Amino acid sequence: MSEIKKFMFVNRKAPHGTIYALESLEVVLITAAFDQDVSLVFLDDGVYQLKKGQQTKGIETKNFSPAYRALEGYDIEKLYVEKESLEARGLSEDDLLVDVTVLGRSEMGELMDQQDVVLSF
Amino acid sequence: MLHIINKSPLTNGSLDSCLRVAQPGDVLLIEDAVYAATTGNAFEGKIREAMGRFKIYVLQPDIDARGFNGRVIEGVIPVDYSGFVELTTTNKNCQSWL
Repeated sequence: MSEIKKFMFVNRKAPHGTIYALESLEVVLITAAFDQDVSLVFLDDGVYQLKKGQQTKGIETKNFSPAYRALEGYDIEKLYVEKESLEARGLSEDDLLVDVTVLGRSEMGELMDQQDVVLSF
Repeated sequence: MLHIINKSPLTNGSLDSCLRVAQPGDVLLIEDAVYAATTGNAFEGKIREAMGRFKIYVLQPDIDARGFNGRVIEGVIPVDYSGFVELTTTNKNCQSWL
């Protein structure tokens, strides 16, 4: 096995209007199978992916939001949310369906800087 | 006229442009535009201000899908799919701001 790299997935899109959020989640789960150091970041409308209480029956699409709670089982435990993005949307940590680390914009920038690979969705 | 918006107000300028340009009438928020009608969103002030000139509607199934049931700004009118169709028939025409 080659050396472990630091992978970061940057999620900036709302969950149901486009396919980006679901595609990101699929790639994250694939990456988990390769025993890499994976971090997930939620910025801008990406924070909406983690909103509690999503009920997609009415729009007849798959509700993939429970899958974020399953990430822990794949040893993906580094979830970061930008504080400013939450605030601009009237959200707090209590509105989110998983435990996350809330970072300010400068801490978020530092974390990005430490990565080997950054994938943006 | 019925104006239909489907983009989030914080990452796209469609709703801003619509509210800036459009003559008073009906505005229907669907898909990611429904976030504009949720309490605490940075766009809330603009929606409240626009409510003086427009009737603002929001598609309830899109609110539910996004986990915002119970957090729609007071005065915004929720509609279901048949309400959507009705709006297209009661207005003489409609415009989708993509």
